Amino acid sequence: MTLTLSEPLFNALLAVVKILFVWAMTLAALLPNLIWAERRVSGLIQDRPGPNRVGPLGLFQAVADVLKLMMKEDVVPLYVDKVLFTLAPLITLTPALVTFAVIPFGSSIPITWNGAVRDVPLVIADVNVGILYIFALTSLAVYGIVLAGWSSNDKYSLLGGVRASAQIISYELAMGFSAAGVFIAAGSLRLPAVVEWQHAHLWNVVPQFLGFVVFAVAIFAETNRIPFDLSEAEAELVAGYHTEYSSFRFAMFFMGEYANLIAASAVVTTLYFGGWSLPGVAFTGLWGGLASIAVFAVKTAAFIFLFLWVRWTLPRFRYDQLMELGWKVFLPLSFFHLIAVAAFVAASGR
Amino acid sequence: MDVSLALFWAFAAVAVAGAVGVIVMRQPVHSALFLLLTFLAVAVLFVVAHAEFVAAVQVLVYAGGIMVLFLYTIMLVNVRRQAGEPYLHRQAGVALGVGLLLLAVVGGVVLGDARRLADAHAAAPAARLTEVVGSGVAAGNSQAVGWLLYREYLLPFEIASVLLLVAMIGAVVLGKRTMEKFD
Amino acid sequence: MESYLPILYFAAVGAVFPIAILVVMALVRPKRPNPAKLAPYECGVAAPTDAWDHRFSVRYYLIAVLFVVFDVETVFLFPWAVVYDKLLLFGFVEMAVFLYILVLGYVYVWKRGALSWA
Repeated sequence: MTLTLSEPLFNALLAVVKILFVWAMTLAALLPNLIWAERRVSGLIQDRPGPNRVGPLGLFQAVADVLKLMMKEDVVPLYVDKVLFTLAPLITLTPALVTFAVIPFGSSIPITWNGAVRDVPLVIADVNVGILYIFALTSLAVYGIVLAGWSSNDKYSLLGGVRASAQIISYELAMGFSAAGVFIAAGSLRLPAVVEWQHAHLWNVVPQFLGFVVFAVAIFAETNRIPFDLSEAEAELVAGYHTEYSSFRFAMFFMGEYANLIAASAVVTTLYFGGWSLPGVAFTGLWGGLASIAVFAVKTAAFIFLFLWVRWTLPRFRYDQLMELGWKVFLPLSFFHLIAVAAFVAASGR
Repeated sequence: MDVSLALFWAFAAVAVAGAVGVIVMRQPVHSALFLLLTFLAVAVLFVVAHAEFVAAVQVLVYAGGIMVLFLYTIMLVNVRRQAGEPYLHRQAGVALGVGLLLLAVVGGVVLGDARRLADAHAAAPAARLTEVVGSGVAAGNSQAVGWLLYREYLLPFEIASVLLLVAMIGAVVLGKRTMEKFD
Repeated sequence: MESYLPILYFAAVGAVFPIAILVVMALVRPKRPNPAKLAPYECGVAAPTDAWDHRFSVRYYLIAVLFVVFDVETVFLFPWAVVYDKLLLFGFVEMAVFLYILVLGYVYVWKRGALSWA
């Protein structure tokens, strides 16, 4: 028996399946494992076991942590701005999750429909503004942090929020300038096109190494990770913008940070390390499609590991150093990189 | 009713509601957030109108840049209404005048001949954009914008850099003076 | 526009999921507030002023203005980058002029010390 579906219905169904897949991957598989991985990696680096009691190898630790956070009392201090206090964690978490919509997580999978075989690309929304969509969401991430800080009506929170937002906007510039080089090469802002270009030529990390370095450093600053976690520098600001948060509201900031980390790793993989592609390998057919998902996952995981490794290795910057580094070192570097790439392309006439 | 029309009405309503919120809220930070909501809804309207690049710019520059600047300003100068302070100050008359003028201009455009004039004026670049997309030199919205901007609207583009330069210098001149006064 | 619809569904799920947990878990969570617990976090002393009564350095404002200027500049870069393979030398020269004017401003801003935090 063949199932007959109308074209739009079929497309909608495909979209739903892909959305469910990505949600399952990020929320059910990656996020909890990342909480576990961070603690295990920190244990590894500090020469101690890390959590190893809940489940095999301590794998269920994350589930226990999240359940505990959900069951804790949700303290809302008296003098906060109640509406914004509630909105801020949502504004942090939602854009972080929605980033995944434009990232191609595999090549394509053939599906037989109405007797014809069609290749279904493995990306939720192949939009022609591609990277600008991601940059737009990143620029919205500021609000969650600055509003959390302001609405808490607490000096530590407020300072943390203002610091974090100034830091994020500063590094966003270097990020944009260095990424422009990638789009000169690919000739499109669409992320699938960027991956295909790298598949056909070579990974951007080779010709655009300087751009990659600037971009990678900038996303450490964008995601507020050590060595750039000035927004929550516990030695001076208690816990920064989430000082007053507890229970699941705190967990939302926590999940937002991890979701950002996964998204950032996926974006770096896509822009500079060929996304789901491997040089010289053609991913076709069902198994090729599945293999490309695995390749993408492994590359992204490698970047996540880099994030964790750096976190447990480097000390924190001072705030003035951080801002001057962004404006006086990385911004000019990204200018220089862009001009160099443009000059090279114009000279070689490609 | 098809999807894009439904989306247009839904997000147009959100945009208007946000704009009303900006005026009605007493706490400036809340007003700023309603303005943000309006900006985001307008971005969706741009997508519905197939101006994807403009939508992205709307979020990046207005929602992500200018609104942050507004929020900083509100938070830094700490505008707080004192109890019993009147809502309207001396600028009430000027505001009324400017408001009426704006209403007259918008009304004129919507109702009168100005609309045909504006359409004719706006049609040239818009038609070129459609032409460029149709001719196949540019594969998408962003490419079409780039192709036109950097081939045919070169002078406005270079003048934009001068404007940005002026903004930068102005900010530093004003800001540094304050900084030196307090440091 | 059709390619943007999945984003709308995706965003809807992304917004509903945390709210749902927040609402559902409110039924299970304990709620035992007391005045000390509800006070803002300070060093054990009641806060004499609201946090939002304090003002910040004008530097933050300067950074935000400069950010907006450079942000507009990046926006110009992307449509240029995607058609660069067709513009080549012509595109290089026009962007070089654009960037040169802005780098002048950048140097001025640097020399005036607006980028320094010390």
